[in-house]
Amino acid sequence: MSEIKQLETQILAAIAASDDLTGLEDIRVSALGKKGSVSALMKGLGQLPPDERKSFGQQVNGVKQALNQALGDKKTALADIALAKRLASESADVTLPVRTGPLAEGRIHPISQVMDEINEIFADMGFDIAEGPDIEDDFHNFTALNIPAEHPARQEQDTFYFPKRADGSSLVLRTHTSPVQIRTMLSRKPPIRIIAPGRVYRIDSDQTHTPMFHQVEGLVIDEETHMGHLKWVLEEFLKAFFEVENVQMRFRANHFPFTEPSMEVDVRYKRVGNEVRIGEGDEWMEILGCGMVHPNVLKAVGYDPDQLQGFAFGVGIDRLAMLKYGAPDLREFFAADMRWLKHYGFGVLDVPTLAGGLGS
Amino acid sequence: MKFTLSWLKEHLDTKASLEEICDALTITGLEVEGIDDPAQKFAAYVIGEVLDAQPHPDADKLQVLSVDTGNGSVQVVCGAPNARKGLKGAFAPVGTYVSGIDMTLKKAKIRGVESFGMMCSERELELSQEHDGIIDLKTDAKPGTPYAQVVGLDDPTIEIAITPNRPDALGVRGVARDLVAAGLGKLKKDPLTQTKGQGDCPIKIEVDSPDQCPVFAGRLITGVKNGSSPDWLQQRLKAVGLRPINALVDMTNYISYDRGRPLHVYDADKLKGHIRARAGKAGEQFLALDGESYKVDERMCVIADDSSVLGLGGIMGGEESGCTSNTTSVFIESAWFDPINTAMTGRRLNLMSDARYRFERGVDPSSVEDGLHLATQMVLDLCGGAPSKIEIAGKAPLRKLTIELEAKKQFKRLTGAALSEKKIEKILEDLGFKVKTKGDGMKVKVPEWRPDVHGPADLVEEVVRIYGVDNIPTTPLRALSGVAKPVLTIRQKRVSRARRLLAGRGLVEAITYSFIARTHASLFGGGADAVELANPISSDMSSMRPSLMPGLLAAIKRNRARGVVDAALFEVGQSYRGDQPEDQYVSACGIRFGQNGMDGSGRHWSGNAHSVDLFDVKADCMALLCQLGIDINKVQVTRDAPDWYHPGRSGVIRLGPKIILANFGELHPGMLGKMAVSGAVAGFELFIDNLPVPKRKGTSHTRSALEITDLQPVKRDFAFLVGLDTPAIDVVRAAQSADKKLIEAVNVFDSFEGEALGADKKSLAIEVTLLPFEATLTDKQIEEVASKVIAAVTKATGGEIRG
Repeated sequence: MSEIKQLETQILAAIAASDDLTGLEDIRVSALGKKGSVSALMKGLGQLPPDERKSFGQQVNGVKQALNQALGDKKTALADIALAKRLASESADVTLPVRTGPLAEGRIHPISQVMDEINEIFADMGFDIAEGPDIEDDFHNFTALNIPAEHPARQEQDTFYFPKRADGSSLVLRTHTSPVQIRTMLSRKPPIRIIAPGRVYRIDSDQTHTPMFHQVEGLVIDEETHMGHLKWVLEEFLKAFFEVENVQMRFRANHFPFTEPSMEVDVRYKRVGNEVRIGEGDEWMEILGCGMVHPNVLKAVGYDPDQLQGFAFGVGIDRLAMLKYGAPDLREFFAADMRWLKHYGFGVLDVPTLAGGLGS
Repeated sequence: MKFTLSWLKEHLDTKASLEEICDALTITGLEVEGIDDPAQKFAAYVIGEVLDAQPHPDADKLQVLSVDTGNGSVQVVCGAPNARKGLKGAFAPVGTYVSGIDMTLKKAKIRGVESFGMMCSERELELSQEHDGIIDLKTDAKPGTPYAQVVGLDDPTIEIAITPNRPDALGVRGVARDLVAAGLGKLKKDPLTQTKGQGDCPIKIEVDSPDQCPVFAGRLITGVKNGSSPDWLQQRLKAVGLRPINALVDMTNYISYDRGRPLHVYDADKLKGHIRARAGKAGEQFLALDGESYKVDERMCVIADDSSVLGLGGIMGGEESGCTSNTTSVFIESAWFDPINTAMTGRRLNLMSDARYRFERGVDPSSVEDGLHLATQMVLDLCGGAPSKIEIAGKAPLRKLTIELEAKKQFKRLTGAALSEKKIEKILEDLGFKVKTKGDGMKVKVPEWRPDVHGPADLVEEVVRIYGVDNIPTTPLRALSGVAKPVLTIRQKRVSRARRLLAGRGLVEAITYSFIARTHASLFGGGADAVELANPISSDMSSMRPSLMPGLLAAIKRNRARGVVDAALFEVGQSYRGDQPEDQYVSACGIRFGQNGMDGSGRHWSGNAHSVDLFDVKADCMALLCQLGIDINKVQVTRDAPDWYHPGRSGVIRLGPKIILANFGELHPGMLGKMAVSGAVAGFELFIDNLPVPKRKGTSHTRSALEITDLQPVKRDFAFLVGLDTPAIDVVRAAQSADKKLIEAVNVFDSFEGEALGADKKSLAIEVTLLPFEATLTDKQIEEVASKVIAAVTKATGGEIRG
């Protein structure tokens, strides 16, 4: 019996000592192969007395099992070692910089971003977004807005003109987004609540003026909307846009031909470095113009000013972007300088939402 | 419009401070643009009286003064020869910044004697160059009184912005009226007196062109002594930026600013015969007071005597008939000129003046005679003389407008605020309106100096600007729904999505000008006369862009010059095929240049970005179309891109024969050369307006049921030898058509041209994925499909399967 045990001990020692898969296979064959030492033991089974055969057989099977287990474990261990060795040889310099992909490269222009923010706020207050052409005729840009042919405003607004046409009239590049008011009122029935963001053009060029810039027009027309509503809408808009608890506004009487009463609105602010803090400080800054739609404008689109009324306002989008995000020079907005766009632009996923916040 | 505080107080009886006055002006619509308060500059200086003056123990030219500063007496060492006991002058205490010597005073020891401040000279206060001694005032003012107050340097100048609807505020009295209404004081009585004069005016007046000048009044004053006007008048004129000339001219300027009533004075001895307002005649010209000669025509209103044009009505008088210090007889003109005609004339001649500024906005037509009386009175005060009777020609164009106003109701309707009739009436009366209240209604007579007021809304505006918009309660706009409804149109959503998608593909959004150089526009099918600005700011910005591409290419050139060589830009915006609203279209345009791709730009250890080519931008287009709801399996790609693209390496993406969705490709080197852009440049333009609008599926958002199988897909590869110009898509579509049920996808995985294949051949290799739907495919079934694929492709393309 000890012979079997001895053989088992011997083979187990060999397995333990083995350090490669080939040697291990050799051990397996020499022990458990057809001509192997353990298999040879079974050959002697027939010569044993019948009463010993069973226990002998069990003993040999036990050895076989133990050897198979040991062989399997050793194989796994050797495979692990081999893998570890291979992996060790495969190590890379993990500090090598990688490309961060297109999302990290792409940018949204601050004006597009701010327009998205504005849309988000006004959509929540039930405003549609209306549009109109940049090349306008006299009627929509001036006459219907209560700016008659000889009105000084036509000069003061520094209008870009196109060549005179056969009928003596000239088309213009719209000087404000207000013609969209006219187009909207002519094509829809009240109640109307719209904003109209877009490009406008005036002959002007310095650090805070470019010959093209962006405005958003607001218009509400129904039977009941008054200046109290106008104040509320502007206050809610400014609070939401600048993301501050309080916006202090100051309404100054002013004059625009297409509104009456007309007002300019200042907001309280403080300048800290290149940051403008709205709602703090002692300074006032003009931020928009507004008023109740002039009866002559309502008449021009066939509305009855005794029945319908409402307000309109206009805000410079570029200016809002400059104030909120601190870009100092308006001309840079349209220079397409990659360095500027990368710095002031927004990431693709910075989608302004009321739920997630507007500012990025 | 400028005036000084003391000038304002000639008309306004008020206790309000400068700050209160300025705040009220700004809020009520006369925005204060600047305040120049000299008192601020001299705030530290007070009257100091020298109580005692003793020689300095160690210096011959110095004295030691004891100065009463009103706040105890202090010791001051002083070098001025005129310093003496009893002198009153300007004392600057320790801590004062003395601008004339650019120094802040400290306690000092001068030759061993302490000095606590300084008695100043005029030069030290920057009042004059006088420095021979310290200021020596003859004044009763007590020590400690602010120096600026004692010498009258405490009159701040206020500058306000005047909106075009407020000609009445172009006179100080009009400004005062607004402040009275705002509750800041009382309007002082108008000191106007009427002088009857003696004898008819020997100079007769005619108005020959009543449309241009409906009324003209004048009178002659003989025996005047013209010379410099008095100090008070000169000071006021200087404060508002006018140069004093002589008493007669200064008088007209003063009344222009005081009352918004322009006048003109002629040296009567230089006039020949009668005077008339008439239309100019072609060929006439005159030498104006600004020293320039102007040619007039029949559209302009001139003032002429029997021999020549004297001046332009309502704009500027002539040099030759002007008053000088030698003038002894003066003819005063007080007329009314049509605002539009005045404005047009001024613009045509590019001639601005205080008179034009007022007449083109609308001078009070009822002030013609009063203005003449004011002038008479002032001439008599300043220059003496004997006036004739007044001569008037024509008739003042008075509006005599009365507006019926349901005051409370209309105020409430437009503002939402309740204001009593009494308060409304008070505000209107203060502003010079005459109000008669009867029941709920008011009859409001509009003063002639308010040409901007036409109807009830204007009256509400008057009341609300005085009442204060800040006092109107805010009212929430009625909510249209609980949760806000979506408002964007499909196009607006597509524009916004296009931006995010392109930025997501690594392109950077630019916004470029809508107008570009005409030379650039013509390279892209633009540059037509109709879309060329008549008055561009420069030739680089004169043509409405026919496409977004030239603006982006110009931007690339600028970026390259700054060292940005590999990048990608895009713009989503409007371009113009013509000048009509329907000619404006919205597109998304992207340009990749240098080594640039989805993975990044330029060189990298993991592999350099490749030079951009048509497939980069084709991928941009297709990705964009997918995200904008277009099934890209249904589009066609043709080779007829516009001629600014490389003819062999560009394409057009179409939907059916008519709809062009996009152009893409490498750009034509010839065009790039003309735009001075070099290197690899590929671009695309996708026409958002051309995308079909998806059919609405009602309100349902339910997707179709998902049909999938657990059976394994099978892939088989095929290589075909086809003609060099066979479109790959033909091979793909033929393969797809072989068995529409089983074939899930066809993917081109190799395209190869080489001499071994023959000069006019190429090899296209496709991988066909078969997706069984009932049972695993048998070899036989697979072979059958493969045969069909080969047959379909060879039939469609004339190609052959490669062994």
